[in-house]
Amino acid sequence: MTREKNSRLTISTEGDVTLVELAERRILDEVSISEIGDSLNALVVQSPKPRLVLDFSKVAHMSSSALGMLITLHKRTREKGGELRLCCIQPAIYEVFVITRLNEIFSIHQTRPQAMDSLK
Amino acid sequence: MHRVLNVVKRIAIASNFEEAAKVQNAILDEVGKFGYSEPSVFAIKLAVEECLNNAIRHGNKMDESKTVRVEYETDASKVRIAVTDEGGGFDPLDVPDPTADENLEKPSGRGIMLMRVYMDSVEYSPDGSRVVMVKHNR
Repeated sequence: MTREKNSRLTISTEGDVTLVELAERRILDEVSISEIGDSLNALVVQSPKPRLVLDFSKVAHMSSSALGMLITLHKRTREKGGELRLCCIQPAIYEVFVITRLNEIFSIHQTRPQAMDSLK
Repeated sequence: MHRVLNVVKRIAIASNFEEAAKVQNAILDEVGKFGYSEPSVFAIKLAVEECLNNAIRHGNKMDESKTVRVEYETDASKVRIAVTDEGGGFDPLDVPDPTADENLEKPSGRGIMLMRVYMDSVEYSPDGSRVVMVKHNR
């Protein structure tokens, strides 16, 4: 298992799965979203068949721009034949996914082990 | 009887997201003084973020020479927030429903819907360049 950390993300790998923990409480402002999006897209670009788990346990707020960033990431992951899982989304934020029906687009798991197991 | 008078606070900012974050924090500080519930604070934070993003990105087209004007007033029962940009306006009814099947995977277009869901009222001026939102503390 390898582990890499920057101020916004902690990235580790388990087998062929890349686990990304989002470190920011608020994924609201455009600068944060752009930087997080760039880092996540780089993971997709550098993998021939990306398998990503995003852990939201530290995230307390998100905006629609962040949802847009996730949709773009999801699309790019699928285009490469990869898979994306989201996990540990706090109830208030999960409600945003439900209101926007994005819970129907994303594969969302309550716990990190469940998300990791779903890729095995 | 002690009575808290509402004072309308007015701020004008350049069209950039750093300035928007300061306004958002100022509004949340004000709301915090009145002990709003956690769900109300979550809703206000989300709606203000979406509203300011729309004003900067779509209204003023990211032109920092253009101003976004924000008014807000708070008491223990409700907060009222008005945001005006210098753009040409738009018709909110022309914005596609982001929850329609054909729009679900579009990366944008959810901000106005979230504002409407999370605030108690959201009203646009006839030309669409000004929006007034109200949230009751529950």
